[in-house]
Amino acid sequence: MASLVAEGQSGHTGQGAQEGLAAWQDPTAKPYVRIAGVSRHFGEVHALNDVSLDIYQGEFFSLLGGSGCGKSTLLRLLAGLDTPTRGRIWIDGVDVTDIPAYRRPVNMMFQSYALFPHMTVEANVEFGLRQERMPKAERAERVGEMLDLLHIGELRKRRPDQLSGGQRQRVALARSLAKHPKLLLLDEPLGALDKKLRTHTQFELVKLQERIGITFVTVTHDQEEAMTMSSRIAVMDAGQIIQVDTPGAIYEYPNCRMVASFIGSVNLFEGKVFGREDNDILVAGDDFLVMRLRCLQPLSLGTPVTVAVRPEKMRLCPECQGPGDNRVTGRVEDIAYLGNVSIYHVRVSPTQVVTMTLANMQPRTEQMLTWDQEVTMTWSPSCGVVLTE
Amino acid sequence: MSMNQTAAEEIKADSQAPAYSDNRLRHWLGSRWRPGRWVTVGLPYFWLLLFFFLPFIIVFQISLAEPQIAQPPYTALLEWVDEAVLQVRLNLGNYALVVEDELYRAAFLNSLWVGLVCTLGCLLIGYPMAYAIATAPERWRVPLLMMIILPFWTSFLIRVYAWIGILKGNGLLNNFLLALGLIDEPLAILHTQTAVYIGVVYSYLPFMVLPLYANLSRLDMTLLEAAADLGCRPWRAFLRVTLPLSLPGILAGSLLVFIPVVGEFVIPDLLGGPDSLMVGRMLWTEFFSNKDWPLASALALVLLALLVVPFVALQRWQSRLEGER
Repeated sequence: MASLVAEGQSGHTGQGAQEGLAAWQDPTAKPYVRIAGVSRHFGEVHALNDVSLDIYQGEFFSLLGGSGCGKSTLLRLLAGLDTPTRGRIWIDGVDVTDIPAYRRPVNMMFQSYALFPHMTVEANVEFGLRQERMPKAERAERVGEMLDLLHIGELRKRRPDQLSGGQRQRVALARSLAKHPKLLLLDEPLGALDKKLRTHTQFELVKLQERIGITFVTVTHDQEEAMTMSSRIAVMDAGQIIQVDTPGAIYEYPNCRMVASFIGSVNLFEGKVFGREDNDILVAGDDFLVMRLRCLQPLSLGTPVTVAVRPEKMRLCPECQGPGDNRVTGRVEDIAYLGNVSIYHVRVSPTQVVTMTLANMQPRTEQMLTWDQEVTMTWSPSCGVVLTE
Repeated sequence: MSMNQTAAEEIKADSQAPAYSDNRLRHWLGSRWRPGRWVTVGLPYFWLLLFFFLPFIIVFQISLAEPQIAQPPYTALLEWVDEAVLQVRLNLGNYALVVEDELYRAAFLNSLWVGLVCTLGCLLIGYPMAYAIATAPERWRVPLLMMIILPFWTSFLIRVYAWIGILKGNGLLNNFLLALGLIDEPLAILHTQTAVYIGVVYSYLPFMVLPLYANLSRLDMTLLEAAADLGCRPWRAFLRVTLPLSLPGILAGSLLVFIPVVGEFVIPDLLGGPDSLMVGRMLWTEFFSNKDWPLASALALVLLALLVVPFVALQRWQSRLEGER
């Protein structure tokens, strides 16, 4: 345990707290994993298309995307379970493209956990250490350390089929951490857990990663999970990486429609640029909606753009209207009560329904909006994102 | 065999849900008379009674009799010597002879030996075949399995006869080797124990391949990926993961080969020579040539006893393996 934690303190640069600059913002930082121009074709299917990505030491990096976007293929290439059709992969400065899985300093936690059914928990965790021909005493010590780390000491004599889903997940994690890999790959690590356990485990996983300081690369299709855990997220689609950034930046400043609508829910307004005032541009939306938006990009007049506004950035008029805020009026069509918040679908034109999320600060009975009520919503120019792709 | 396996799985499933099986038992006992259920359950038992247990009793009874030249060719166990005296004559001499006689003992040992060698042979050839089929692309599996099963569509006897044509002095094999210049004079394979090994391994290979295939095709390939990921070379991954997980298949296949081979008659009779002494042949000789039904029956029962012991032992081991899973 001691060795693990010590490693963590020296190697942990992922959150960038020490230098005030995150590793990926520092031009002099050396990437720990470098993926350069990697493609993977399965016959006619291009699972990955010219993917390049740098991952830095101590990061909790998430590959996020829908099914079939190539995220799992990329993870398998890192593990060495598959070889790229084109391109190279470096881990810790070594070109590992042609190194088989069993010789890479990388371990993986499989989506199905892939625990050996004929071995006890203890033997499962010990498996990788045996392959290294580690002396018996040292092995026993390491196994104990791992079982303690994940609080599964009392399960050591059980077999995988005698464990619950959450317990299996811990055993799989212990097994993949036992060899002290420098890079841990996690394929949908929480996919098989129920929602409550998943939320709990998300935080635990992050704490664990911060404590031991290993670089984590995880694959997930759950954007909430990626947001909670990651230092950075790569959003993937159709075998390509669309955007790589911190969860906050991805959420607040998506670089295209696909990312904006994949991460969280979003209102998209189509329109054309028709004017500029200082840092703001004016967009004429369909249905005679005029919007004012913060945009430093030089966009010529007449450029077709999409304006993305998050539902929670919408406020009710006249609650708190600043100067230059955008307004739109419509009729409440649907209300989804989620307890902490309510989601309102407001029809603002025959073709456009705007989603607005409002925190339920009052008990439900005193709610201010009802069906078919006419409402005016407002959002400030800095809350909308102008997308050209 | 396969019936046993599914039964074992059911039992296993039941033991995992004790409350449920308990309920089901109560429900079953308490249910009103359902003839369909009793027929379904009773039919196999009736079948076993009629075609296994009754013949067994008859053979057992004959084994305790003495041969005589009459119809039937053995003495009765029960005889009225007087109006009020019922005489029971149990002749244990047949068993004594079978156990003590050098020839019979050699035949038993050789039968077990042939069974062992051929089971190992089938395993060594059958395992790679089953593994290759199980890991072949989906669309290849059925054709490959068909190739294993296809020879069964021809009579077993004819296939063994075909081996005579291959193995004999101027047969296919010898001519081929002579033509290649590998040998100068024909090898004497036919009518030796080697020919028996070849014939038996050939004939019983599918019994090994099919259960192994059934087992290996269920193997989760991500387990091998996990082993590789943890630093295991492919060969070690096979030894540490694939092999232990396929033990139930190995046991099932071995039992399916070993048990019939020990009592095999046709193959040693057609391909074997004077050195390939096997119980099946002895039994045949005693029964048909020497007309000594009691001795033949005793031989059959000793053979059965010899086979039941390893069968029960392996079966228990297997169910323990399955239970651990």
